Amino acid sequence: MASNSSSSRHQTARHRLSIIAGHLQRPADSDAALLAVDCKAQANKPNVSAGDRSEGRTVPRKRQEIMKWNGWGYSDSRFLFNKKGQAEFTGKRYRLSGMIIPGLKDWMESTFGANLQHKTQATPALNSSAVQPPTLNEVFVEELKSTGIPFSHEAEDRVFRGHGHCLHEIFALREGKIGRVPDMVVWPSCHNDVVKIVELACKHNVCLIPYGGGTSVSSALECPPEETRSIVSLDTSQMNRILWIDEKNLTAHVESGIVGQDLERLLNESGYCTGHEPDSMEFSSLGGWVATRASGMKKNIYGNIEDLVVHIKMVTPRGVIEKSCQGPRMSTGPDIHHFILGSEGTLGVVTEVTIKIRPIPEYQKYGSVVFPSFEQGVACLREVARQRCAPASIRLMDNEQFKFGHALKPQVSSIFTSFLDGLKKFYITKFKGFDPNRLCVATLLFEGDREKVLQHEKQVYDIAAKFGGLAAGEDNGQRGYMLTFVIAYLRDLGMDYYVIGESFETSVPWDRVLDICRNVKARIVQECKDKGVQFPPLSTCRVTQTYDAGACVYFYFAFNYRGLSDPVHVYEQVEHAAREEILANGGSLSHHHGVGKLRKEWMRETVSSVGMGMLKSVKDYVDPNNIFGNRNLL
Amino acid sequence: MASKVVYSHRDPMLKKRDDFEDMLEERRTGSDLRYALRCYTPALYKGLTPCKASELKNMVLQSDQLHYVINQVSKETGTPTDEIQAEAAAILEEMAHRLQLSTIRFFAFTLSKIFKTLFRSICVNEEGIQRLQQAIQEHPVVLLPSHRSYMDFLLMSYILYTYDLALPVIAAGMDFMGMKIVGEMLRMSGAFFIRRSFGGDKLYWAVFSEYVKIMLKNGFAPVEFFLEGTRSRTAKSLTPKLGLLNIVMDPFLKGEVFDVSLVPVSISYERTLEEALYARELLGVPKPKESTSGLFKARKILSEDYGSIHVYFGQPVSARSLAEGKVKRSQFNLIPRHIPRKPTEEIQDFVNDSAYRLVRAQEESMVLKPWVLLASLLLQNQAAGSKQGMSLRELTEQAVWVRDLSRQFGAFLHWPDHIPPSKVVSSSLSLHQGLVRISEGRVQLALDQAGGRVEPGLPQPAITPEDALLSQAVVILSCASYRNQALHVFIRPALLASAIHSASVNEKQEIFNTFSFLRNVFSDEFILCPGAEVQDFEEACYLLVKCGALQIHQQTILVTDRGQRTLAFLTSILDPFVQGYQMVCRFLCEATEGLTDKLFIPAARKFIIKHLLTGRLKYAEVLSSDLQKNALAALLRLGAVQKLRGRGGPAALKVNKVMVNSLEDTLGGKLPTQKPLVARL
Repeated sequence: MASNSSSSRHQTARHRLSIIAGHLQRPADSDAALLAVDCKAQANKPNVSAGDRSEGRTVPRKRQEIMKWNGWGYSDSRFLFNKKGQAEFTGKRYRLSGMIIPGLKDWMESTFGANLQHKTQATPALNSSAVQPPTLNEVFVEELKSTGIPFSHEAEDRVFRGHGHCLHEIFALREGKIGRVPDMVVWPSCHNDVVKIVELACKHNVCLIPYGGGTSVSSALECPPEETRSIVSLDTSQMNRILWIDEKNLTAHVESGIVGQDLERLLNESGYCTGHEPDSMEFSSLGGWVATRASGMKKNIYGNIEDLVVHIKMVTPRGVIEKSCQGPRMSTGPDIHHFILGSEGTLGVVTEVTIKIRPIPEYQKYGSVVFPSFEQGVACLREVARQRCAPASIRLMDNEQFKFGHALKPQVSSIFTSFLDGLKKFYITKFKGFDPNRLCVATLLFEGDREKVLQHEKQVYDIAAKFGGLAAGEDNGQRGYMLTFVIAYLRDLGMDYYVIGESFETSVPWDRVLDICRNVKARIVQECKDKGVQFPPLSTCRVTQTYDAGACVYFYFAFNYRGLSDPVHVYEQVEHAAREEILANGGSLSHHHGVGKLRKEWMRETVSSVGMGMLKSVKDYVDPNNIFGNRNLL
Repeated sequence: MASKVVYSHRDPMLKKRDDFEDMLEERRTGSDLRYALRCYTPALYKGLTPCKASELKNMVLQSDQLHYVINQVSKETGTPTDEIQAEAAAILEEMAHRLQLSTIRFFAFTLSKIFKTLFRSICVNEEGIQRLQQAIQEHPVVLLPSHRSYMDFLLMSYILYTYDLALPVIAAGMDFMGMKIVGEMLRMSGAFFIRRSFGGDKLYWAVFSEYVKIMLKNGFAPVEFFLEGTRSRTAKSLTPKLGLLNIVMDPFLKGEVFDVSLVPVSISYERTLEEALYARELLGVPKPKESTSGLFKARKILSEDYGSIHVYFGQPVSARSLAEGKVKRSQFNLIPRHIPRKPTEEIQDFVNDSAYRLVRAQEESMVLKPWVLLASLLLQNQAAGSKQGMSLRELTEQAVWVRDLSRQFGAFLHWPDHIPPSKVVSSSLSLHQGLVRISEGRVQLALDQAGGRVEPGLPQPAITPEDALLSQAVVILSCASYRNQALHVFIRPALLASAIHSASVNEKQEIFNTFSFLRNVFSDEFILCPGAEVQDFEEACYLLVKCGALQIHQQTILVTDRGQRTLAFLTSILDPFVQGYQMVCRFLCEATEGLTDKLFIPAARKFIIKHLLTGRLKYAEVLSSDLQKNALAALLRLGAVQKLRGRGGPAALKVNKVMVNSLEDTLGGKLPTQKPLVARL
């Protein structure tokens, strides 16, 4: 069906690519450093050109070549204050790259009481002597060598795989403090490589920790300090091919190490997409999504990861687990996929996934709505969910976040635009009587046929109007989504100026959304005060997903830690209290970040003792010797 | 048991208390009219959604909670929902306040006039006012004043108006509604009326609780109610009622508000307006039904001097901090929050515990006047059988001694130190001329002229010995109501003193057992937090060691020489209650079959009068129906008496005579405290 007019398909693919490039703007020559290594045990001949290894992949084996070792994302992209004291985003990758952001300085100063004079320097380079020498299992290393699978025990490689992006992890790296890290890193390049590695690990009792994109925010990648065996990080990043695309069934069979942006780009070239776009999609991997039950921004159309996967292959110490067919739904007892989804690397390594694909949508449109208050915004989202007419994405930011988004507006080039902005502001606050300290914004993304999108758009705006919402233009919407990709970079800037922070999420029934938002934000403020934080914290939230029975809520929390002797400890106490507050208000332990080691202590009350026992018994059967010893979840 | 940290164990003398300002001072110089009409712009709750009093009703009627209950009642009774909805609207109509500023201004004007004639001063701690102002802006506020007089809630609104604070809405008993105009006036000044009892009426409860919760959650106004439920006729704090506290805690427990600030307010009257009225009521002369004309008759009150009022706004207590570690709020996660559920045991315990803490906070900030100490001494002197009373010098000497003792126990005593003690004593006595008689330098209770001077409107002194006794009892009970104000200061050491006295050994464990026994028996009489016997014991020990009365060793407790006087004083403070409870026990043992709870008070009274007349009992205050009720409640609680619910008629009391008898003997120190009994308590 999709192949009957390949020229139009290419057109849509190009359009699609330009949108993604809008977010990501990859430089054309970034693949120069990449080495193509062919899998020696190639079973299936890929029938699509996507298997071509000369095609550029984002993630090299030596991640440090393009990414920061102690911060978020690409080395060339970062926020900084230039000599004039203006904020600027460097690099060429993003829409914001190379732009001046005039409002950011004032916002940082007024929100956090930060000051450009007070700067903290991160340790510029990794000091290899700070890293403990590796504990190697010699026999294992010998046998591994004979398989020809590449591996390394260089300090840089090991350190890079010993952390995710929790605040305490990054903070420690910036201070040059390195704890327990993997003793070596292996790079399998296909399923059979993984089978060999797992067999060897079992044989020699080596601890394996799977590593995908490294974007964990649950301490899932931290090496258990009590682990005495040799720890091997199994980096799936080189297992990154699309093995086949099945256009009849609209599925693609993909190796688990592929990162989101590559998967999307490669599928786009064939006119398809998965539509799975978590905020971390530039770096997070397919296998990681499966292992943490990830959720994508556009799940309203495409579904979350559990809705997207058709077939999973996982290598465990007991052998390979997979289903015998690709039937779309089965009644064959508990779905074994659900043992794998969310197993967080405790049972094995996901190697290959068959995932649903969709033709690239013909038309995409951003939008935004301003509401006089957060309460009305939530009421509107609830109604949209009730009528089951949510657009691909709908997000509601609270007032603080609206202001934050405003502060990140790049310098406008023409007087006309700034005049228009002023006019808009005047209309909303003066003419419509919205209180600038109460109003909030919903950003929207519609996808589909042009006609249907326009129809859908009207429906949603009509609902919004019932709750006092005013359409606020495409630009605001698009900027909102663009910010999701750069916001992670902003934390690094904050840390340069004594500001630390993080985001966390939950899911909660509709009737509790407002209560949980209010209470968790208030709890954060109170805890900061009680713990001696000298400046008022930023405590803000947004509703990022709607479901029939509830919503996903995201909290951002940051504070200026000047005057605190142990800021990370204070931070952790506040985060802990915030999580307790979430649970007390009927929120879940996690919507999509996962449990890792950070939220383990609440697992039992979350799933009951019997539930824990079930999970434990699965673990005990599948991995009796705790080869997959990252100690997440249980 | 010991892990519950209820009180910080610090020296009560170091308690920091705010200073008072007299708010009448300005009224005496400025214009009342201008004051009543001045610009009033209170700071409001930051999360307030402004709405009118009338809109509140709609919010209640449209709430999920109410809809749920209406449907439920409709299903149970077969009545169509719109009829029940109309019934709910009618309940709400009867209940709701119509707070409006003009009425408050009217009251501000009239009350200024009245207060200035009645009282020398109305003293308020302004720091407390400032804290309250902060609290009102941060979180929904619940005001919890002590309740000793009808004046209390008008006084509260008057103070809040004066200090430009948000005016409260006040839960008032339905009895006020009987007063035609006044009832409506009160309604317009923020009172809402609740029936005294509505036991099983689901609909009433739903309307009422939703009404209160909506006002609280929206931050419409501070919600004010009396934890004690009713005016305390004895001036002792009453065992807290939990209904309203449950309701105001609910929005916090269910996460509908971040926190609720509970502000205990202690209102102490140097002389209570209702002094003699209460005493008569306790003696069984029924109180007059509240009526507007009755209020006007009370005008003669205006000619008397009622001294000063002290109002202390306590530290706001956060519901969140009270619940910390005690309540698992996630228990509400699995059932929609609008479906009414019986509170779990955990929540009941939490609310009960909180209520006691709040009442204790009220007690601790009650200002005690020197007269309170004098009343205690004069009562003890009278009970000791002295016919001529005490000489002024003797009284002064003892008063100074008790003053120092009470201060060591942390009493909030307003004793003017810059005035010689003898002057303090004589001026205190002069304010209470109706209760004391001074002749030839000797002071005693005004028993012989009782009735005549106190209440000129009431019948002249009677002739029968029984009537004479009752009119003496009026004076004694009035006096006791002042002594009672100080009981919370002495109660724990007094329990310990009595335990030492009746245990008659110095073994610590034995004394503790007796202490727990007494504490348990009297836990309806005094504010003793449930489950806190160890803390109370330690507190009592600490205080008595500190004042040099006791020496405590590993296993033993020894009374020092100078401690004898302290212990004697403390023992005699508790003695009327001990004897009163014994008397009730004896009455029950001797009672004929067929005693019902309705007959209990009159029959017990008759029995006690008999014993008083024959001189076998020396404390006329045992005639207090409050004491008798409390004793019965204790016996019911201990299982010595059982209430058998009759069909429709009054409940019969089934007395376990063996057990009651042994309790009486244990109280009298004739029997050692039984181990099994203590263990069960």
